[in-house]
Amino acid sequence: MSTANKVRKLSMAEAISEGIGQEMARDERVFVMGEDIGKYGGIFSATTGLLDQFGPERIMDTPISETGFMGAAIGAAAEGLRPISELMFVDFFGVCFDQIYNHLAKNTYMSGGACKFPVVITTGIGGGYNDAAQHSQCLYAMFAHVPGLKVVVPSNAYDAKGLMIQAIRDDNPVVFMYHKGIMGLSWMSYFEGSTNEVPAEPYTIPFGQAKVVRDGKDLTIVTLSQMVQKSVLAADKLAAEGIEAEIIDLRTLVPLDKETVLRSVAKTGRLLVADEDYLSFGVSGEIAAIVAEQLNHLQLKAPVRRLAVPDVPIPFSRPLEQFAIPQVDAIAAEARALMQLTLD
Amino acid sequence: MDPTSEQLLWMYEKMVEIREYEETMAKVYLEGKLPPKIQKGLAFDIGAGPVPGEMHLAAGQEPVAVGVCAHLRREDTVVGAHRPHHFAIAKDVDLLGMTSEMFGKANGLGKGKGGHMHLFDPAVKFSCSGIVGAGAPQACGAALAAKKLGKDWVAVSFFGEGAANQGAFHEALNLASLWKLPVIFVCEDNKYGISVEKSASTAIESNADRAAGYGMPGVLVDTNDAVAVFRAAGEAVARARRGEGPTLIEVKTDRYLGHFQGDPETYRPKNEAQQLRQHDPIVILGAQLRARGELDDAKDAALRSTISARVQAAYEHGRNSPYPAPEDALLHVFAD
Ligand SMILES: Cc1ncc(C[n+]2csc(CCOP(=O)(O)OP(=O)(O)O)c2C)c(N)n1
Ligand SMILES: [Mg+2]
Repeated sequence: MSTANKVRKLSMAEAISEGIGQEMARDERVFVMGEDIGKYGGIFSATTGLLDQFGPERIMDTPISETGFMGAAIGAAAEGLRPISELMFVDFFGVCFDQIYNHLAKNTYMSGGACKFPVVITTGIGGGYNDAAQHSQCLYAMFAHVPGLKVVVPSNAYDAKGLMIQAIRDDNPVVFMYHKGIMGLSWMSYFEGSTNEVPAEPYTIPFGQAKVVRDGKDLTIVTLSQMVQKSVLAADKLAAEGIEAEIIDLRTLVPLDKETVLRSVAKTGRLLVADEDYLSFGVSGEIAAIVAEQLNHLQLKAPVRRLAVPDVPIPFSRPLEQFAIPQVDAIAAEARALMQLTLD
Repeated sequence: MDPTSEQLLWMYEKMVEIREYEETMAKVYLEGKLPPKIQKGLAFDIGAGPVPGEMHLAAGQEPVAVGVCAHLRREDTVVGAHRPHHFAIAKDVDLLGMTSEMFGKANGLGKGKGGHMHLFDPAVKFSCSGIVGAGAPQACGAALAAKKLGKDWVAVSFFGEGAANQGAFHEALNLASLWKLPVIFVCEDNKYGISVEKSASTAIESNADRAAGYGMPGVLVDTNDAVAVFRAAGEAVARARRGEGPTLIEVKTDRYLGHFQGDPETYRPKNEAQQLRQHDPIVILGAQLRARGELDDAKDAALRSTISARVQAAYEHGRNSPYPAPEDALLHVFAD
C-alpha cells in the first residue's frame, strides 16, 4: 500500500479535484459553484468526480451569471461558509470584476478586519492551443495588483494539491489559477513534467514559498505556471551547451517569496524572468524592480532580461501565437543572450 | 407577413449552404487531431491540425439565422456570439475571408488574429464575440448610432438561452426599451449552455416572457422552422424601422452537434441529436417549396451542387492560403 502510494502519479486536474474533495469531506462548509462543474466535472476537469461524491447541493452548476455567483460567494463567505467559485476561463473576469476587485478584495480591509471572506476562485489560464484573444490570457498580474487577493499559480500536480488545500483553509480570498496546458487533459497537449507524484493523504504547502526547481550557477530564471515546465526544457538545452540555469518557481504571487529570488540572483548575478502574461506592468517588471531595489546588497553581472507576451492580445493563428507566447526555444535564446551581456 | 417564393428559396439555399459549411468544418476540424499523430495518451488534441482551437458549429440552428436575416439589408448590423457561422453566412459575410480566418491565414477577415469566435466583416456590419452575453449591449450601440444618424437601419443581437442569464443581457433590454432603439434581440434556445440544461439554469420556461419586464414585445417561436422565424422577425424588424423600438424573439431550436467539436456529450441522451434530426428544418422547408411547385429534384440537385462547389472552394481557399509572418503578431494592436 505504502509503496503503491509512493509511485502514484496524478495529473494536475486530478490533484486539484482530489484536494477539493478531501477538504469537502473534512469541512462541510466547503462547497463549489461554477459553470459546468457538475456532470461535466469542470471544462478543465478541476472538479472531476465531485458531483458523484457530494451531490448537487454542494457541487452547484450555475447559470452563465458570473457577477451573480461571484457575488454570492462573497455573501456566503460572510455568513461563515467556504465557497469555491470557478471562473471557467480567467478571461471572463471582465463580467464579474466588480465583485472581485471592489468587494471580495477590499471588504476585509474596509471592515477593519471585522469581516472574513474565505473564498477560493479557481480559474483556467493560458494559451498555446489557438483559443485566441478572449480565451488564452494569464492575467495573474491583474489579480496580484489589487491588494487583498492571494494569488496561487501552480506548475505541477504535487504543488497544486498542497496549495489548493492551503487555499481552502485560508481565511482570505485566494485566486487559484491553473494553466490549461499543464492540467493533463486528454484533449489538449500538455507538458508532462506537470504530472507527478502526489501523496494520497491531504497536505498543505504554505503560501509565499518559491521552489528552486533546478540548481544552477550561471543565471537565474524566475518563472511560474506552465513557463516552469518550458524553462526546465530550456535549461536542459542550455546545460548541453555548458550553461547552468537555476530555475525558481514562484508558486504564489501574493504573497511573493522575494528572499528566494534575491538569494538566487545574488548567487548567479544574472536574472531572466520568463512569464506568459503581458510584458508591461506585470510580473516581470515586479521581479526586476525587487532586484533593482537591492542592488546595494547584490551584484549583477548583466542587465535584467524579461521575456513575456509582447503587449499584444493573444492571436489565433498558430505562427502568430507561437511568436507571441514565449516558447522553450525563446527562453533558451534569451538565456544565451543574457550570458553574452555584461554591465560595461 | 408571409415570405414570397423568392424569400423562401433564399432561406432554403442559405440553410443548405450553412449546413454544408458546418458539416465540412466538422470533418476538416478533426484533421490532425486524433491518435496516433498527437501526444501519446491523448484522445484528441484541440490545438492540432489545420483548424486549431475551439469550434462551435450551428448545424440544426439554421432557421434562426435565415428567418431573421431575410429581412436585413447590408446596412443593418448583426452581432453574433461564439457560435457564429450561420449568422455570418446569412448576413453575407465574405465566405472566403471567413474561412481563411479559421485556418489562421493572412488573407482571413482578421488576418489570422481573430479565429472562428471573433469574425469581423465591417462591409456587411457583422461581428461576434466569445464572451457570452457581450453582444446585446453592442447591438444597442449600433441601433443608437442609426438613430443618431437619422437612418432606418436596425441592429440584431443573436445569443443563446444561456446568455440570457447574464447581467449584460438584462441591462441591454432595459436600455433598448428606454431609448426606443431599433434593435431585435434574438434568443436561440437550443436547450443547453455547454452541459447545463436550460431547466437547470433558467428560472422561467420562456425567455420571451422576460420582455414584459422591460416594456417590449416578447415573441416565442416554438418550432425550429424558418417560416415561423421569418414571420416573427418580419414584424420586429418593421417595428424597429418605424422607430417603435425593440423586440425580443425567442426561438426553440436544435443543436445537432456537440457544444464544441470534441464534446463527449455525456450530459445528453445518446440518441437525442438523432431524434432532433428527424425534424430537419431544411427538409421541412424543402417540402414546402415542393408543395408550392418551386422546387423539384432536378432544381434541388442543381442548387445543392452550386452551393457545395462554393463552400468547398472556400475551404480550399482557406487551406491553401499562406500563413501570416510570425512577427505580424505585433501589428494592429492600435489602428493606424
Ligand atoms: C462570460 C462567459 N462565460 C462563460 C463562457 C463559456 N461558455 C462558452 S459558450 C457557453 C454556453 C453558452 O450557452 P448559450 O448562450 O445557450 O449558447 P449555445 O452555446 O447554446 O449556442 C459557455 C458557458 C464564455 N464564453 N463567456
Ligand atoms: Mg444554448
